[in-house]
Amino acid sequence: MTIEIEQPRVGLSKIAVSKTHGEDSPYFAGWKAYDENPYDEFRNPSGVIQMGLAENQVSFDILEEYLEQHAEEASWGKKASGFRENALFQDYHGLQSFRKAMASFMEKIREGRTKFNPDRVVLTAGATAANELLTFILADPGDALLVPTPYYPGFDRDLRWRTGVNIVPIHCDSSNNFQVTPQALEAAYKNAESMNIKVRGVLITNPSNPLGVTIHRSTLEQILDFVTIKNIHLVSDEIYSGSVFSPTEFTSIAEILESRSYKDCERVHIVYSLSKDLGLPGFRVGTIYSYNDRVVTTARRMSSFTLISSQTQQLLGSMLSDEKFTGNYITKNRERLRNRYEKMVGGLRNAGVECLEGNAGLFCWVNLSPLLESQTRESELAVWEAILHRVKLNISPGSSCHCSEPGWFRVCFANMSEKTLEVALKRIQSFMEERKITSG
Amino acid sequence: MGFISSNRNNEQLLSKIATNDGHGENSSYFEGWKAYDSDPYHSTQNPNGVIQMGLAENELCFDLIQEWVQNNPKASICTAEGANEFKEIAISQDYHGLPEFRQGVAKFMGKVRGDRVTFDPDRIVMSGGATGAHETLAFCLADPGDAFLVPTPYYPGFDRDLRWRTGTQIVPVVCESSNNFKLTKEALEAAFQKATEAKIRVKGLLITNPSNPLGTILDRDTLKTLVRFTNDKNIHLVCDEIYAATVFNQPGFISIAEIIEEELYCNRDLIHIVYSLSKDLGFPGFRVGIVYSYNDQVTSCARKMSSFGLVSTQTQHLIGSLLSDDIFTEKFIAESADRLAKRHEIFIKGLAQVGIGSLKSNAGLFFWMDLRRLLKEPTIEAETALWRLIIHEVKLNVSPGSSFHCSDPGWFRVCFANMDDDTVKIALRRIRNFVLQRKGLDQGPAKRPCWQNKLQVSLSFRRLDDFVMAPHRMSPHSPISSPLVRARN
Repeated sequence: MTIEIEQPRVGLSKIAVSKTHGEDSPYFAGWKAYDENPYDEFRNPSGVIQMGLAENQVSFDILEEYLEQHAEEASWGKKASGFRENALFQDYHGLQSFRKAMASFMEKIREGRTKFNPDRVVLTAGATAANELLTFILADPGDALLVPTPYYPGFDRDLRWRTGVNIVPIHCDSSNNFQVTPQALEAAYKNAESMNIKVRGVLITNPSNPLGVTIHRSTLEQILDFVTIKNIHLVSDEIYSGSVFSPTEFTSIAEILESRSYKDCERVHIVYSLSKDLGLPGFRVGTIYSYNDRVVTTARRMSSFTLISSQTQQLLGSMLSDEKFTGNYITKNRERLRNRYEKMVGGLRNAGVECLEGNAGLFCWVNLSPLLESQTRESELAVWEAILHRVKLNISPGSSCHCSEPGWFRVCFANMSEKTLEVALKRIQSFMEERKITSG
Repeated sequence: MGFISSNRNNEQLLSKIATNDGHGENSSYFEGWKAYDSDPYHSTQNPNGVIQMGLAENELCFDLIQEWVQNNPKASICTAEGANEFKEIAISQDYHGLPEFRQGVAKFMGKVRGDRVTFDPDRIVMSGGATGAHETLAFCLADPGDAFLVPTPYYPGFDRDLRWRTGTQIVPVVCESSNNFKLTKEALEAAFQKATEAKIRVKGLLITNPSNPLGTILDRDTLKTLVRFTNDKNIHLVCDEIYAATVFNQPGFISIAEIIEEELYCNRDLIHIVYSLSKDLGFPGFRVGIVYSYNDQVTSCARKMSSFGLVSTQTQHLIGSLLSDDIFTEKFIAESADRLAKRHEIFIKGLAQVGIGSLKSNAGLFFWMDLRRLLKEPTIEAETALWRLIIHEVKLNVSPGSSFHCSDPGWFRVCFANMDDDTVKIALRRIRNFVLQRKGLDQGPAKRPCWQNKLQVSLSFRRLDDFVMAPHRMSPHSPISSPLVRARN
């Protein structure tokens, strides 16, 4: 008797049938639960509160105010040819005015401690595209990038899916507040070697997602030394740089390079985006800033697959060249994020929940390991499900961020109103009280 | 900011993809652009500059769109009327796209096809322009090393879009001028056979309809042949229909979407359409690419991949509003076709008068000009030499057939929709002068229509005559014998 093996009727690629797009991860399962039953203050007060989305909604009024006052420049102006010129503009160099504006915005965030050359700014449709593009350029299929854990779950897709490149984790744990150490770097490198995988670079996120902390200057120096010795690349994803609560606490890799007179800088590439700092994820504005001419040229050519709409370049070019606006925005945004963070941490503390001391980002790295039945991933997921279905909060389990230590969760605080945050904190408090009673 | 390059081994630090030629920019297609960039024509500031005729852009109907934009401030979130939607639009990064965007695009696609077919908004998937759409489909349908059959001549960008980062190959389906570049079953079979013999797995056939660079459309029989062919071989059929609304004369455009309604046996899981607003509407800067697949799995996969090339929601919002305005879209489609037809006619007639023919076409933003009789010999080298002459001396950037992988040397793609009326006149004059000079024939006044400034033409001709090199012998492709020359009318 022959057994019928079901063949796919029509062949799709291996990439198409693989699961490397990562959407089966719990990171996304929580989103589904939210989509089916979203919290609304009036219409659905017992719905799921979305705390798994790292979005910045605290400073929209500042953007809206700008638009009201500068509608014409932001749009196509009075000139009849304005629209036409803009609609036709598909040069992958991007609008020069926009590149200049991005470079100067990046400088402002770093308080002028480094300079950025607009000619090194390559535009992509979001940091998602930027990270993938860089991976295509820096590594061949089968090679690896070393990435410190815990890391943004999207990297599994962005760095690996269509590129065929691997991620080899650099394990970090709570014993030193999850900071990267030279030992961890070396261990990861050796791990790759033992699997016969060629390491092409290290990718760090600074400030870190999901930790919500900036990387220490000394650690950055160590990482730079490490990649130099190994003769590999360093990608620094700095998309949360404008979300650091206090500007002096952030050191960009650009500053380290400057302090070394840009010696050997061609291995360094920075990724930036306006999705987090400006809260504009829909506009798809990403950039690659590379100190390597060849990478800039190649990245620019590749950006043909992922250009930024010229209409959006026009809008943001005008907005970000307005120094008064950007100065005001950056300051206020930092302040408001810090306030949110403090509210969050305070509320959690009242509930008996601790988190990693953070100084940046749109989220807290929360320690719920006391709630775990056993220090395992399964227990962590059980707690996560309980929080999702009973407390009705969608938070992100550390395992989806590849954290090697179970029990940590990323909880976002900037994608909702203050009122909603209060509701969320109350729910956590009730939940924790309940647990005390039942376990006590 | 100069950096001291201390790393001699820089080259090996990058991937193979980064260091190969897959980006395609070393093609001659781009050399002309460089010549244009360094010496661009301007009516007053640089009247002797290079006129850009190598860019397939549609600039004929911006007045209509500008008028609409001005009358519909809500469509733009930068206006007082539209600003209240700013936040909602700016936050939305759902790769399904704004519903009004998908609905608007689906409706427009239907309208462009005379409402003979409808498109499902839920199958509309975004991509970074058609460039991104093609690459996405290649990633979804083929593994590295697999191949797509592509009829020649084809758009040079496909070499990059289909192959560069995906590792897939292109196997050409050769179409020849001897039968007006018709796509035949024999040519398809031959290409498929060739690939099989080389142990290359063919995963799909990519057609561009209307064709770039030919400007022609596929007839019903050919389309049915393609569907049958791909069904038999169980390979995908990707139809790039980005020039669908540029059909300006009869016969009318037939979309693959219509054929599959008629060919009921056909496996729809094999059918995928690439669309874009860059040509039909003239918005290349807005990066609106669409993958429309009849295969659920491909739709789902392409949608996930669209994360790498989503359309800015600001633009989605504008487009959604624009394309939901039926009165506007219907007027636009009709008016655009009309203006394209007129433009096309001016060129074709003007060139026919000096014995220059082109492939009979009824679509696109360009025509396929036949300069075979001006070649010293029927080779790519001769074509390239002629092309360089046209760029550097006639100061026109036209695209040589070889850059489109055309098997017959001597054809050039000439774009006509990316300039104003005055520039058209100047471009025409330059071509005509060049041709007359090359002919080395004495065109007496009696042969010219009386409205032309014969004196000026004869004088300039005589002056150039002093510098012309020894006239080459008559090419076998004399215009008198070529069936492809448009008759003077």
